[in-house]
Amino acid sequence: MIRFEEVTITAGAVTVLDRLSLAFAVGGPTVLIGPNGAGKSTVLRAAMGLLQPSAGRIVRDGEPRRAIVFQRPTMLRRSAEANIRYAMAGVDRTRELLALVGLEHAATRPARRLSGGEQQRLALARALARDPAILFLDEPTASLDPASTKAIEDMIRAVSRRGIKVVMSTHDLGEARRLAGEVVLLHRGRLVEAAAASRFFDAPQTLEARTFVAGELLV
Amino acid sequence: MPDNLSALDLVLTGDPALFAIVKLALLVSLSAVLLAAVIGVPLGASIALSSFRGRDAVIVFLNAMMGLPPVVVGLVVYLALSRSGPLGSWGILFTPQAMVIAQTILVTPIIAALSRQTIEDLWLEYRDELMAMEVGLLRRLTTLVWDARFSLITALLAGFGRAAAEVGAVIIVGGNIEGFTRTMTTAIALETSKGNLPLAIGLGVVLVAIVLAINGLAWALGRAAERLAG
Repeated sequence: MIRFEEVTITAGAVTVLDRLSLAFAVGGPTVLIGPNGAGKSTVLRAAMGLLQPSAGRIVRDGEPRRAIVFQRPTMLRRSAEANIRYAMAGVDRTRELLALVGLEHAATRPARRLSGGEQQRLALARALARDPAILFLDEPTASLDPASTKAIEDMIRAVSRRGIKVVMSTHDLGEARRLAGEVVLLHRGRLVEAAAASRFFDAPQTLEARTFVAGELLV
Repeated sequence: MPDNLSALDLVLTGDPALFAIVKLALLVSLSAVLLAAVIGVPLGASIALSSFRGRDAVIVFLNAMMGLPPVVVGLVVYLALSRSGPLGSWGILFTPQAMVIAQTILVTPIIAALSRQTIEDLWLEYRDELMAMEVGLLRRLTTLVWDARFSLITALLAGFGRAAAEVGAVIIVGGNIEGFTRTMTTAIALETSKGNLPLAIGLGVVLVAIVLAINGLAWALGRAAERLAG
């Protein structure tokens, strides 16, 4: 669906992505892992089209409809249901999406007054309102409590079962184990290893991957 | 207005001349703020979302125009509307319409500059989400103006404060004609020049009370609506 071909992205003098080549194909969730500064968020933003490569190219076969949930989503200053309706593509499915993320009770409440976990779920519903073929999630459970994390992870599985390609970043190895169909390990803007989740966790091929999977610090 | 009455007497007795002055002052100032909002908010929003060569210079100019001297504006409008001026054929010099034009010119930069800042701040907050949703320019503008509406009330109130307190421009283009173009501020200037200080002070107190009441009402309504909308 989306391919990075030798993509380099710089921010000033810093190279954030360094000749990165990888592909997001139809299938189970792809989970980007790596330490802070590895380039996970940059990959998601570039795949969305929010950042342009300074070298290389990003190929989107058939321009699949895309949506993203940012690590700290911004709620528009309106009600929860109005936030979803704002992003809606096609037929109004606001009620259905509120039900999917368990926020029917909060439909008319101001979105900014919802808790962190509720806002994250609302952001997911708002992204789904765009009827995406591919959904990017940037550390969707960062700073959430275990109950909220479980709720979000259940929704990600449900979304994936609907046939929507999920590409998400996390630095939580446990979350990657629970959700990933495929794992991509990034370090310092470079692709270190990409493999099916079972293979990645059972038999990592690179020293960095073995270090990361062992729970040791990758610096 | 009889000279020997205090402003309190005038208010308590429901003096028709005083109420006509208050009514005209409010009508002129509120009309000017409304017109300035129609021009200034979209102008400020457009600058907030644009990037073009010379943008910083435009912002500095707009900010500087907030301090436009009223007498200079009055003089320019006077020259434009005088019989030999380019707009002399309109025949509106020394009318409330001329006063509205002068005050609109004074208030527009205030509303535009404050709107620009407010909307630019909100744009920085919304940019990633709206870009990700592929929201077009016009919808971006309307979204930002709508979502910033409670903050924009402050810009409108600042504009109203400027218009209500202004005397230099309206006295030049309005002429301070009793019963026709006399406002609170021009009446205060006149009574002061006549040495009727108690009445001038009393009128000043009435003017401040009106401005306070309108600001208080707008603030309370804005806060209540903001609580509802989040």
